[in-house]
Amino acid sequence: MPAEIYLNVAVSGLLTGLVYGLMALGLSVIFGVVRVVNFAHGEMMTIAMYLAVFLFAAFKLDPLVMLVPISIALFALGYAMQAGLINPFINRPEHSQFMLLVAVALIMVNALLIVFGPDAKNVQTSYSFDSFQLGPLIVDATKAYAAAAAIAVALALFAFFRFSRIGKAIRACADNYTGALVVGLDVKRLYALTFGIGAACVGAAGSIMVILVDVTPPLGPAYTLLAFVIVIVGGLGSMPGALLGGVLIGLTEALAGLFFTPSAKSMFAFGILVLVLLFRPQGIAGKKQS
Amino acid sequence: MSRNSQNKSAGTRARVSRRTFNAGVAASAIVAGTTPFNIARAQGGPLKVGVLLPRSGAQASIGQDCQRGVDIAPGILKGLGLPDLQIMNGDTETNVEVARARAERLIGEGAQLLVGAFDSGQSTAIAQVAEQKGIPFVINIAAAPPITEQGYKFVFRNFPTAPMILGDAFANQKEVFESTGVAPKSVVFMHVNDTFGTAMKNGIGAVMPRFNMPYTIAETIAYDPTARDLSIEVAKAKATGADALLMVSRLNDAILITRELIKQRWSPMAVLSMGPGWYEDQYLKTLAKLSDGPMSFVPWYDPNKKLSKILEAAHTKAFPEISLNTNHIYTFEALLIAADAFKRAGSTDPKALADAIRKTDIKDNVSTGPGIQFDAKGQNDKLKNSAIQNRDGKLVTVAPKTASNAKAELPMKPYDKRG
Repeated sequence: MPAEIYLNVAVSGLLTGLVYGLMALGLSVIFGVVRVVNFAHGEMMTIAMYLAVFLFAAFKLDPLVMLVPISIALFALGYAMQAGLINPFINRPEHSQFMLLVAVALIMVNALLIVFGPDAKNVQTSYSFDSFQLGPLIVDATKAYAAAAAIAVALALFAFFRFSRIGKAIRACADNYTGALVVGLDVKRLYALTFGIGAACVGAAGSIMVILVDVTPPLGPAYTLLAFVIVIVGGLGSMPGALLGGVLIGLTEALAGLFFTPSAKSMFAFGILVLVLLFRPQGIAGKKQS
Repeated sequence: MSRNSQNKSAGTRARVSRRTFNAGVAASAIVAGTTPFNIARAQGGPLKVGVLLPRSGAQASIGQDCQRGVDIAPGILKGLGLPDLQIMNGDTETNVEVARARAERLIGEGAQLLVGAFDSGQSTAIAQVAEQKGIPFVINIAAAPPITEQGYKFVFRNFPTAPMILGDAFANQKEVFESTGVAPKSVVFMHVNDTFGTAMKNGIGAVMPRFNMPYTIAETIAYDPTARDLSIEVAKAKATGADALLMVSRLNDAILITRELIKQRWSPMAVLSMGPGWYEDQYLKTLAKLSDGPMSFVPWYDPNKKLSKILEAAHTKAFPEISLNTNHIYTFEALLIAADAFKRAGSTDPKALADAIRKTDIKDNVSTGPGIQFDAKGQNDKLKNSAIQNRDGKLVTVAPKTASNAKAELPMKPYDKRG
């Protein structure tokens, strides 16, 4: 096999992994602060993908340009979900939270099926079939743009949590719930904001992802599972870990497909998950629980 | 407490007196006695046909596509002087067990003949129910050979089996290579790794050596039909340096592979498909001019037949945005078989209907081949495949020559030279 194919596949895996990482980032943010595992994560991303498809079909608006409005729409959805639906479950047993979000996920999948039908929908931009040739390396243009957008969104999110007052307050809630209450922070509102930010993050990931893959309603559960694998590998609650996990899974799938058989590439991603759970249960970038 | 229960039980028993028991028996006898009258009434009315399709679940889009063949059938059948059919819809939910349960329910609700069910697994389950209940079952689409190898008396299939499909596919490929004077020397065989894809892979291994094909298979690449990214698969295929692609795929993966071919700047001489995907409307619409070129070797229709023109016209009128395809053709033909048998049997009696179907001899049909007849196993073994090519966003039939309406074009125009 020509040597350049290894380089081509590795670059492709890296670029895809960055978008995976952005998707998982939202899940990690929500869990890191609210301590709720969002089982409707992938389904929320498919909603964002369908929004992008609709905006493209109706107004020819590029999903990368629509990234901000779609993120705002998903922020509103996430905020409303946390404030109206999840907050009453915060102090209930974890299985109640799980079942609630599984139910929400099922409703979302079926609602999408009713509205959009079972056929795959896609967005075909002017650059959908473009690629860049750099010597022997052929880089898929859509993946390159998608990865660049994912990095930009992730950097914005890191900056928000590091430098803004609300970001700091949210981190305070995550670090010490009682302490946050004592100093007078409106924890419930901050939780809703956090869920909204996580949802906005997944909204951005959906806007980006739709230029890479076709969307169908059953895609949601598959992406929920993928997001879980990534955040567990990267470290549940760790934002850099989510990005790292995404890149690692993207690269693993790509190279496993090349070295072994492509149909078994997911098996290797799950293999990494098992290894991490065995030897570093807190994840690559996760903190060990005391 | 136990004594009270016993008393209650005794009381219940006491209410069923000899008189009420006799009345119940008499009522049952009356109900049983009226049944022949029901049948007699049914003979004067339309034939109740239970159409089982995967209308939801993973195969929902295909089931809904098959339904289009049902929707356009009544007008055409009426025009042919055939009796009315009363369609009873059933959804298999793309699930074998649901297919079995729905078949039982439709028969319970009065279906006198069953049609369906696109998928081999679901059709196998329905065939078992139909045989057990003695209700004729006409399979529209299902290629697994064992269905008509069970010695069933009520199961009929107007669709080629997998070995028939493969044999015709290789024969039609050779005809195309001969007519164009172009043939690949090596191919990469890419296939979905589901039941269908794996069966086709095994079938190709067994059937291909008999045809002395001009090409060898450089590499076989299996992939998940639900894959979201096939860049690695295409990169591996490209790296072999093969002339062409031999495909067994579904719809979404066919679109993904085409995109990757373009992005990875590889224009194979030919894409030779032996399954769905490459000729489907969504493929043509999604990829527009980039969809041109691939050839599909599939069960199809003879565009030169009289009934084909009638079906095409009715289909275009009802669904102007959708091209006539295998799903419509074979579902329509299943209903044609039902109506034709009903007319000749003059009865809704299941055995009379099954006998009439067994003696079917429809020359004026739609699918490629001499017509519709069934062998002793209930299989239409006269069916032939066609080779169709995507051309200017439409489909043309390029082989066999006797059932074609265009000449094959090989090699495919390179993707980067399509403007």
